[in-house]
Amino acid sequence: MLKHILTSLTSGPVTETAPAPADPALAELAGKLDKAARARLGRSLSIREVDAGSCNGCELEIHALNNPVYDLERFGIRFVASPRHADVLLVTGPVARNMREALLRTWDATPGPKWLVACGDCAVSGGLFAGGYACVGPVEAVLPVDLRIPGCPPRPTDLLAGLLALLETSAAR
Amino acid sequence: MYGEEPLFGLLNRIGTLVEGHRPWPRYRLGRDGWLRLIEGLAGNGWSLLGLWGEPKAVHAAFREDFSGDVAVVSLDCPQGRFPSLSAVRPAANRLERAAHDLYGLVAERTTDPRSWLDHDAWGVRRPLSDQPAAPVPNPGPYTFLPVEGEGLHQIPVGPVHAGIIEPGHFRFTANGETVVRLEERLGYVHRGVEGLMQGKPAAQAARLAARISGDATVAHSLAFARAVEAALGVEVPARAVWLRALMAELERIANHLGDIGAICNDAAFAFMLAQTSQLRERVLRTADACFGHRLMMDRVIPGGVATDLPERGAGLLLELVAELRKRFPPLVAIYDGKASLQDRTVTTGFVSAELVTRFGAGGHVGRASGRDQDARRSPGYAPYDELAFEVPVLTEGDVNARVWVRIREVEQSLSLIEQIVTRLPAISRGLDHPSVALDSGRGGEGMALVESFRGEILTWVRLDGEGVVTRCHPRDPSWFQWPLLEAAIGGNIVADFPLCNKSFSCSYAGHDL
Repeated sequence: MLKHILTSLTSGPVTETAPAPADPALAELAGKLDKAARARLGRSLSIREVDAGSCNGCELEIHALNNPVYDLERFGIRFVASPRHADVLLVTGPVARNMREALLRTWDATPGPKWLVACGDCAVSGGLFAGGYACVGPVEAVLPVDLRIPGCPPRPTDLLAGLLALLETSAAR
Repeated sequence: MYGEEPLFGLLNRIGTLVEGHRPWPRYRLGRDGWLRLIEGLAGNGWSLLGLWGEPKAVHAAFREDFSGDVAVVSLDCPQGRFPSLSAVRPAANRLERAAHDLYGLVAERTTDPRSWLDHDAWGVRRPLSDQPAAPVPNPGPYTFLPVEGEGLHQIPVGPVHAGIIEPGHFRFTANGETVVRLEERLGYVHRGVEGLMQGKPAAQAARLAARISGDATVAHSLAFARAVEAALGVEVPARAVWLRALMAELERIANHLGDIGAICNDAAFAFMLAQTSQLRERVLRTADACFGHRLMMDRVIPGGVATDLPERGAGLLLELVAELRKRFPPLVAIYDGKASLQDRTVTTGFVSAELVTRFGAGGHVGRASGRDQDARRSPGYAPYDELAFEVPVLTEGDVNARVWVRIREVEQSLSLIEQIVTRLPAISRGLDHPSVALDSGRGGEGMALVESFRGEILTWVRLDGEGVVTRCHPRDPSWFQWPLLEAAIGGNIVADFPLCNKSFSCSYAGHDL
């Protein structure tokens, strides 16, 4: 254990340089944030992740954001346990009808100002599951979406670029 | 087992063999035969492998663990009713409830008739039956099992949890800190995979199979592909067979590394997660460099694989194996040497050998409780018959044992990757990709058993003459592991639930379909 700690101290950081904020995401967000919201948030974002019917692929990559290589927390972005603590809902999946009510209640429990990010192809468009009896389709069919991060699943760098765009836009004065 | 009747002995007496079901036989039973089967199940140890419905028929698969014989039995039920297996095979209950919710089949004399996947939210009842019905007006709330006693209180958790995980509802009944009973309610992630697969060509249905459970995407794709290939009698190129095993072992390592770290993290030992998640990232990046996708989604397809290993792939994989062999053992030593960790994992979340056998639970859940079963070995499939590996089995049945089974499996998989890379058959001349075209004009029924990182996946498929899926049932290992989690937590404190849950690591999406 001690050896591990010493190695970690001497071998330099494993964390990689962050990607630039995604340009399309910046454009998508530009008009959506008002001044009051920007002032309230500063440079930090608390995210509540909601799986509304994903295959768990998106969750695996979202988890990766917390590993030391991507180290999301260095940007002031962190995942929180309750929607009551959140500024952003990060929603995955084609919104299974069985999850629709839970998603709505989670959104209602999130205090404003708040944003909704659709993460992954299923959340963006319904993916392969659109049109079935069991799914609503894209998240925007249930709630207004502020930012879309496509991919099946999106790579951690794509997620990071999208979230940084959200942070940049919300922090811009 | 001594004194047991052979599975095929009984089935040959009570059923008639159905032609064109590969690779294992399928028997059609009459109602009397089905009742005789239930009687036979009560006195024999045959494992239930799966149970699935069709609009007017029900199918179940069994294995005689001792001989490895596998068979499917079917009962036509024109009235939509069949005698329940749940009294003699409790693992059948949730599958029967799912068959009811999707196909409207009624299990007579079942131990639990409540709906399971249907939460009255679809806007339709029994959506996959011949005659879907209108939704119930003003459906009542789901009834949880009654709990009575002094000083008991209930803790409802979910479907939205505190962490970044899938949705499901847990209803704890506790006496102080001690959990007296846990009842699960799942089905929140039901996306209608079986219904969406129907009427799709095998290649398109394979994309759905890859998204049954994202963490087992290779294994589910492999199970679907093998079932289709069995149904059509297609032979896959040798190189593709080996590449599939390579991807499956990479997936196993990545998941085990992630879960070992997460279990320690749930015991407030974040250091391990920080370390193992770096190793996991390393595995995913190698997978990305070799196959073009971090999770290797859509890379195993019916007829072969979608992408070949690039020239530098073998070198990258051997480097990965060497690095993990260097960096993983010191972490194992830390896990084994920390009293604060052992205090949380040893004797926590015990599951008895009797229970895992009764439910036919596989993977690390079964093997940590002494059930020596691995689909790679029995019934076995290529190329594992040519590879040397051991299946670790422990008997303690606690969280610690499940961690150790995973640790040993990581070591075995590293050795398997090394063997596969060094012995990978050369690509046959003239083939761009190591795969074969699936000829249309043939149909049939096929089944496959494939070992995912989590346990055994059964996939059963029926294709028509055009190669279109008319019915597919993928059964995730979680079906037989979720019920045991309810047993594992009993008598433990509420705070140990995350540890128990993570050590099982059951799939929600794979179970809910």
